[in-house]
Amino acid sequence: MSGLALNNLARGAALYALVAVLILGTGFLQSWNSALLILNMGLVSAVMALGVNLQWGFAGLFNVGVMGFVALGGLATVLVSMPPVPEAWAAGGLRVVGGLALGAAVIVLAAVVLRRATSFKVPLVLAVLIGGFILYRWVFDAGTSAVEAVDPASTGYLGGLGLPVLVAWPVGGLLAAGAAWIIGKAALGLRSDYLAIATLGIAEIVVAVMKNEDWMARGVKNVIGLPRPVPYEIDLQRDAGFAERAAGWGLDPVTASTLWVKVLYAGLFAAVLAVLLVLAQLALASPWGRMMRAIRDNETAAEAMGKDVTGRHLQIFILGSAVCGIAGAMMTTLDGQLTPGTYQPLRFTFLIWVMVIVGGSGNNFGAVLGGFVIWFFWVQVEPMGRWFLEFVTSGMSDGAVKRHLLESAAHMRLLTMGIILLLVLRFAPRGLIPER
Amino acid sequence: MDLLNGLVALLNFVVIPAVAYGSQLALGALGVTLIYGILRFSNFAHGDTMAFGTTVTILVTWALQAAGLSLGPLPVALLALPAGILACVLLVLGTDRLVYRFYREVRAKPVILVIVSIGVMFITNGIVRFIIGPDDQSFADGARFVVSARDFRDWSGLEEGLAIRTSQVLTMVTAAIVVAALFWFLNRTRTGKSMRAYSDNEDLALLSGINPEKVVAVTWIIVAALATVAGVLYGLDKGFKPFTYFQLLLPIFASAIVGGLGSPLGAIAGGFVIAFSEVGVTYAWKKVLGYMMPEALEPQSLVQLLSTDYKFAVSFVILLVVLLFRPTGIFRGKSV
Repeated sequence: MSGLALNNLARGAALYALVAVLILGTGFLQSWNSALLILNMGLVSAVMALGVNLQWGFAGLFNVGVMGFVALGGLATVLVSMPPVPEAWAAGGLRVVGGLALGAAVIVLAAVVLRRATSFKVPLVLAVLIGGFILYRWVFDAGTSAVEAVDPASTGYLGGLGLPVLVAWPVGGLLAAGAAWIIGKAALGLRSDYLAIATLGIAEIVVAVMKNEDWMARGVKNVIGLPRPVPYEIDLQRDAGFAERAAGWGLDPVTASTLWVKVLYAGLFAAVLAVLLVLAQLALASPWGRMMRAIRDNETAAEAMGKDVTGRHLQIFILGSAVCGIAGAMMTTLDGQLTPGTYQPLRFTFLIWVMVIVGGSGNNFGAVLGGFVIWFFWVQVEPMGRWFLEFVTSGMSDGAVKRHLLESAAHMRLLTMGIILLLVLRFAPRGLIPER
Repeated sequence: MDLLNGLVALLNFVVIPAVAYGSQLALGALGVTLIYGILRFSNFAHGDTMAFGTTVTILVTWALQAAGLSLGPLPVALLALPAGILACVLLVLGTDRLVYRFYREVRAKPVILVIVSIGVMFITNGIVRFIIGPDDQSFADGARFVVSARDFRDWSGLEEGLAIRTSQVLTMVTAAIVVAALFWFLNRTRTGKSMRAYSDNEDLALLSGINPEKVVAVTWIIVAALATVAGVLYGLDKGFKPFTYFQLLLPIFASAIVGGLGSPLGAIAGGFVIAFSEVGVTYAWKKVLGYMMPEALEPQSLVQLLSTDYKFAVSFVILLVVLLFRPTGIFRGKSV
């Protein structure tokens, strides 16, 4: 190992220690509940950053649709873990499923016609698409309105499969991978910006679908009370053994139960992160990882060596998006509810980008570190910004200007994140823990 | 008579809104395509640049309105527009000096510039929200309609009314003037020609003594003006909200790509393609078809292909189709 690598190692260790100090400091100064909250979301953010780093750091692919893949992961938790709604299935479940199958069949048929037809190609494809669309809407619409009419205040959707919520995590990854396959097929192999625009589009559409298709996951009416992989606080508090152990730690049962639940989540998330991190490290060091970096650094040369650049790009794009999907499912599980209205591109796409670039693109440990550091600042910037604005305005007389400035503290986050991104790109483009 | 009624309804609900929206998209896409042609990257901050220019225009409009100024039937925002453009020019020239110039000098890859533009987008977005807040703002005044539905019905004796809003006429007229001026500038003036030369072949242009910094500065000034005009027209037509302007990025980029990135003519064509598809697909055709079809065939349902919540999906699908079958766009812009 060269001195440089050792240097890098020491630096990484020091930075991780700093993150630990920041989180522990929050625990001592604010509360252990907020410290654990930051830790849990930091772990989820780190998984997302790992996914984006696969795409950007390994392959130089620019994905601005992270939000969409995260949202698909969230959708998976509802589809997998919520109990099915038998009345809704009876009312129109088959029609909905049949409509969807019909829609898929129409697209496949159109693709076959496009490939096989020798003459009248365009009119034939259009005829298939238009006819198919009318048929699809006729089957599908009646089904959705029937489903949505079933007790709309509490259900009004088909429900899920009623499986354990942990199953939803890999399923979230699969959903995201499917969406990534469609986008990648269309936009990879073209200019790098095209992928960016296509992913931006799919993210908006995924969220629009989740907001409007009430039969699927209740839309903006939200699905609350998702099953949990960890015990409920109230059950822990009733458990005499738990109360006894809590007393042993000098805690009252209520506080102890909230902390313990968060610790359990942290354990689950840390396990997922560890597995993904090991896999990503193995991949990076393997011949496949070397090939990826070779393609990233010089596509033309890699292509001349017989590497299938577009094919490899598609592969890693799907893998990275799947990791984002898993993270999205984890996050929704942690929240215990699916709220499509809260998916904002600034929070779920661009923030993850800041994490990867600040942490060190191309370095998995860097991306994970970036996830923790940026999440910590994202949480803490708002109080800091408010404090800063209060400081600035302390000399001002009370009036419209002062009130406006104080009310604007929330927007400090955007500004701070933008400035951090630009400063790092300009002065430390290799990030906190550089690739080599 | 029914056919006429149908045509009026078509004009009222589809053609006029789509032409106005298309003009707004075309102006936005022109800005994106110019940056792409000259600076060679996709500027993700464009939507927020539009929002910034519009924000300043709104503030000045409010000041003028408070001073009791009125332009009769026209909105006061027209008077405030130059101030908005000026502020926007200062903003983009400032960002270019502070941010983009460095990456030009080190000849960074386009994708790095795209990421940088995302950083700029964050900051501009933050500034806009800081100044005017994240909520809806209204700043239109003057006469609401040039032709109101009732007047038209009285005049024509038809069942269907035709309403033309001032903002729609204003959008079309302004867009036509701005586009004409832009094409005159690009094709007839020395600076405009040097811009096109720089866009076509950077090395040859540099060899023939064109000053790249001047070309870049002029491009930014034009882009700021286009962005502000597009933003103000959109705001007058549909109201101003910072997040909506961010979301406009998708149809604007789709317009520019469909037309052919780097081609000004393509940007305009693309804007109208996207606007007509979006309005056409999300409009409920029941009324128009009811007039046009024989009674036996009249549709029972709304005949709305897609709910308006999915209008972005329309730009997106068109974008995908273009990327799959003709990645250089209708007018063969730059690609690869």
